[in-house]
Amino acid sequence: MKQSVTLGKVTKFMGLGFLGTIKDLFTGKLEKEDFISFLRKIVVPIASILLFIGLWHMGSKTLYNIEAEFRINKALEEQGQVAADAVAACIALGEDSSCQPNTLPSPAQVWESYQSLLRDHNIISADKAAFIEKTAALNEKRLAEGKDPITYTGRPSFVDQIFRSLKTVFAGFLLALVIAVPLGIFIGLSPTLKSAFNWFIQIFKPVSPVVWYLLVFMIVKTVLIDSNEDSSFTISFISVGLCSMWATLVNTAMGVSSVDKDYINVAKVLKLGNFQKIFKVVLPSSLPLIFTGLKITLSVAWMVLIAIELLAQSPGLGLFVWEEFQNGANDSNAKIIVAMFVIGIIGFLLDRLMLAIQNWVSFDKTDAI
Amino acid sequence: MSTTILENKKSETLTDNGLFPPSRVMLDLKNLKKVYPTPKGDYVVLEDLNLQIMKEEFVTIIGHSGCGKTTMLSMIAGLNPISGGNISVLGSHIKGPGPDRGVIFQSPSLMPWMTSLQNVLLGVNQVFPHATKGQRNDIAKHYLQKVGLEGAFNKKASELSQGMQQRVGIARAFAIKPKVLLLDEPFGMLDSLTRGELQDILIEIWNKEKITAVMITHDVDEAIFLADRVVMMTSGPKAKIGDVLSIDFERPRTRKAVLEHDDYYKYRKHLIDFLEH
Repeated sequence: MKQSVTLGKVTKFMGLGFLGTIKDLFTGKLEKEDFISFLRKIVVPIASILLFIGLWHMGSKTLYNIEAEFRINKALEEQGQVAADAVAACIALGEDSSCQPNTLPSPAQVWESYQSLLRDHNIISADKAAFIEKTAALNEKRLAEGKDPITYTGRPSFVDQIFRSLKTVFAGFLLALVIAVPLGIFIGLSPTLKSAFNWFIQIFKPVSPVVWYLLVFMIVKTVLIDSNEDSSFTISFISVGLCSMWATLVNTAMGVSSVDKDYINVAKVLKLGNFQKIFKVVLPSSLPLIFTGLKITLSVAWMVLIAIELLAQSPGLGLFVWEEFQNGANDSNAKIIVAMFVIGIIGFLLDRLMLAIQNWVSFDKTDAI
Repeated sequence: MSTTILENKKSETLTDNGLFPPSRVMLDLKNLKKVYPTPKGDYVVLEDLNLQIMKEEFVTIIGHSGCGKTTMLSMIAGLNPISGGNISVLGSHIKGPGPDRGVIFQSPSLMPWMTSLQNVLLGVNQVFPHATKGQRNDIAKHYLQKVGLEGAFNKKASELSQGMQQRVGIARAFAIKPKVLLLDEPFGMLDSLTRGELQDILIEIWNKEKITAVMITHDVDEAIFLADRVVMMTSGPKAKIGDVLSIDFERPRTRKAVLEHDDYYKYRKHLIDFLEH
């Protein structure tokens, strides 16, 4: 008997159940009793989003006015009435970036920057496609002659930076998985190993991402001393992995050491060998906790990634934010806020992705959040 | 305590010293002792406990909560270390747990991520490593059919009701063909209707397999219906065997025949008198 997969089930599985309610609204399937839950699930979040944007708008306007007034007053004090009028006119005109107040951007400005980033991406992609087309024939010839093909070396767009960041975070996550899960299993199984590693975990768990980065930098720099290649990616993904692996390590060890005593008794009575005991009893029963750990690890990895990319000068969202901050152009602040939302939304989606995998592999189907 | 056995068991089955002949004994508990050290000194759960269980015998053990019944059973299973005395199966002392002593636990203790078939196979694969995969599957399916689960081979254990899970537990225990079957209040968590059903299933399989069985129960009627002998334990601490009652109903038994038998209420009164004093 195969269960049918419906949109409702999939969205619920992903923890995106509210999408189902929206669908019901448009297909007219919504019952009257569902009205309250409709209010709660759809109307309230939308209202709170609007309220948030409204407060943000007013806040940014207030900050803008404070800064504008300060600039005018400063001009008045230092250079007199004429200069002050000139500054006021310049601000009102809003074209010259040098006199504009540089503060929290308004929602409209952020939206504008978002669209300009997308336009920029389209231009760069078109440019890149054209470049590839142009060099295709030449590259074929170069490959035939045994030379390296010519690659596009232009500036990466915002979307390219997002994918770079995702690549770094997944590499770091995989590193954390490969180190923390097996180590956690060993620690959970053996009280001796547990006491051997406990100090190590307790001391290194709270260490800041920045310090991890510096440590990895010291080591990787020396290890790759002969290599001409850019080590920033290696350094940043290793740092991300080391920062984020602790939750998985601790959860795996806890899951493995706290397997239901009944299961262990069954394994004892049946005289299961160590291999069978671990793979048939201990691991399956600790999978929910391991996945809780992995979920935390992925969100921590995404969170520290920004700081580490910034330090490592590794291309990605972190570097994008930092460069925009240094840049100080008219719309830099707005672009930083765009990046902030993109980071938040991707973090949320990653979390949902892990939740879906967790629900899929775990044996008790109670909703883990 | 040997005198109580003398009273209840026909004398020709016993040797001169009041014990069963070794060739007939499956499980032998000698001077068994269990001590739990506590900060206030040792707590003696069991002391000087002697019990012989014969081949193909079904023994139920009854006693007040906390008297050490479960401790004794888990010591026989090898899950709880022995503080003094010894336990032997067919004359050799036990060393830790093993599949020669199958256990049906109070909670079904199935792996919830496995199907019922996989749960039974977990034991079967271990006990019959040289059988082909098909043969092992057949053994597991055979016992699942016997407990009435032919339609639920591929259901996850977590999807089964408590009663169904305990059926899988019974199938798992019988499928490894143990020498001794240990049952720790296996039906204690079930409603009385399901309990009756499972008692019938248990006794039906047992009638065919005749595996020596030791079962703990709180239920006087269950103790009489299933057992050849009912062992009554005194209240702890320092619990020992208080009395042994032979149940001489013919096998195979039906519930109706047992309830209508003249001796039934005599046995019942005997057990209840013991438990109330």
